[in-house]
Amino acid sequence: MTTPIVEAELPQWPPVHAARDPFAPLDEAERPHYDGPVRQVRLPNGTTAWLVSRHADVRQLLRHPAFSADFTRAGFPLLRPLPPAETRDTRGNFIQMDGAEHSRLRRMLTAEFMIKNVRRIEPLIQRTVDEALDDLAAAGPPADLVSTFALPLPSMVICHLLGVPYADHDFFQARSRTLLDRKTPTERLIREVAELRDYLRALIDTKRAHPDGADDLLGRLIRERIEPGELDVEELVGMALLLLVAGHETTANMIGLSVLLLTRDGRFTTLRDEPDQAPGVVEELLRYLSIVRTGLFRAATEDVEVGGQLIRAGEGAIVLISLANRDAAVFDDPERFDPYRQAHQQVAFGFGVHQCIGQPLARAELRIALVALARRFPQLRVTASPQELSTRQHSVVFGLDTLPVTW
Amino acid sequence: MTAVDRPGRAETTVQVAVDRDACCGSGNCVRVAPEVFAQDDADGLVLLRATTLAPQSGARARRAADLCPSGAIRVASAEALPR
Ligand code: HEM
Ligand code: SF4
Repeated sequence: MTTPIVEAELPQWPPVHAARDPFAPLDEAERPHYDGPVRQVRLPNGTTAWLVSRHADVRQLLRHPAFSADFTRAGFPLLRPLPPAETRDTRGNFIQMDGAEHSRLRRMLTAEFMIKNVRRIEPLIQRTVDEALDDLAAAGPPADLVSTFALPLPSMVICHLLGVPYADHDFFQARSRTLLDRKTPTERLIREVAELRDYLRALIDTKRAHPDGADDLLGRLIRERIEPGELDVEELVGMALLLLVAGHETTANMIGLSVLLLTRDGRFTTLRDEPDQAPGVVEELLRYLSIVRTGLFRAATEDVEVGGQLIRAGEGAIVLISLANRDAAVFDDPERFDPYRQAHQQVAFGFGVHQCIGQPLARAELRIALVALARRFPQLRVTASPQELSTRQHSVVFGLDTLPVTW
Repeated sequence: MTAVDRPGRAETTVQVAVDRDACCGSGNCVRVAPEVFAQDDADGLVLLRATTLAPQSGARARRAADLCPSGAIRVASAEALPR
């Protein structure tokens, strides 16, 4: 145990001062408090947790089976109060499950999102991008790139894949933001999760009552898993909720920040002139922007030494993939955005068994969207300075609220 | 890092093995070394296209083992493995 005096001096997590530069993972003055070896931090509720930020430590911890993703466990680091047990419905939400419980549900989905199946839907992504670009052309110049392109594109794609009507996007986009915002009051969080679950349950019930043989993910899971009794409806509701939220918020924020970065550095036309470089550029964007900035959260279930520090069973750990992606031991000159860098080792999608299941889809969406945007609007420029833009400081997924552009 | 993982040794062929129970279907191996790894149509879990690899594929398989999020890939010099 550390003494109370030492604990009083622990740095706070999340940091008190937000970074003003949207490309900086942390405020430059505060960064030394968090960078480097495993250290303790204090959370808003007064508890402590271990902060892990070196690339090797991050990968070791996330690969280790003795770190649980179950937020109801003792010692799990919480940034907002845990809703009362009777109000929590986490069935199907496998991002917070461990072991066999987790792999049972994840394995029902892995084939859906694997590279070869995403390749098959690339024409759909391309078509959706082209339509969204028509809308952007009709809306401006000037226009807000976030609301006219960055957000609609991944929302339309995930709706199409799941079999959720895109017409309801205002409903689920607003609630997704609430879910990801760590300042959301508990009552509101409980209410909006319930509303999303009710909405998805009604959709699944309708699909079951009127099987139309539709070739979408919910239809397939109903036919192949629900009807044979392998999967419970409430589990499917939770899985659909997770995919719907994770499937559009993340990619949308990546597109907005990527455009801000690429147009600023005059690299936008590289994508147009050298589309073969696009996969490498996307990898470097993922590394450099690392939008999941508040970290990945785990609780130790056994004593484990990470980076020379003993983390005891029942203690919490916060894994900073944003700093791991700027680790000079792995990436040369890590603070520099280098589109020709081979950033294979970036960990923006996490590591370990929870590593993003949607990564082939996210990569394809980013590549197709950015290349098409650069081809169609080579003169695109942002009309505000990066420091003027309002950002999502309190969201688990960092991003821009708006991105005013002209062309 | 174990002895067989140490880079810089002249290698002839390498042996690769996978643990499907550990695999989480991330597809990183398929992205890095598609000639060595594939994903099962049924469950998205890893499948091997080859087990004994020429040096170039061997190097890519080593990178896949490094990038595998769940530690499901083992690569070793052919002569280092028990027969
Ligand atoms: C660039 C975009 C994206 C980024 C940066 C991203 C990032 C992440 C990260 C860091 C995790 C790991 C969470 C943890 O370990 O606690 C994760 C998990 C997950 N992501 Fe993504 N994601 C992106 C896009 C997507 C998309 C498009 C989908 C939709 C299919 C998706 C669905 C999921 C799901 C379902 C999980 C949970 C996996 C599990 O627990 O086994 N993500 N994502
Ligand atoms: S990289 Fe590892 S976890 Fe991912 S598909 Fe290949 S073997 Fe499975």
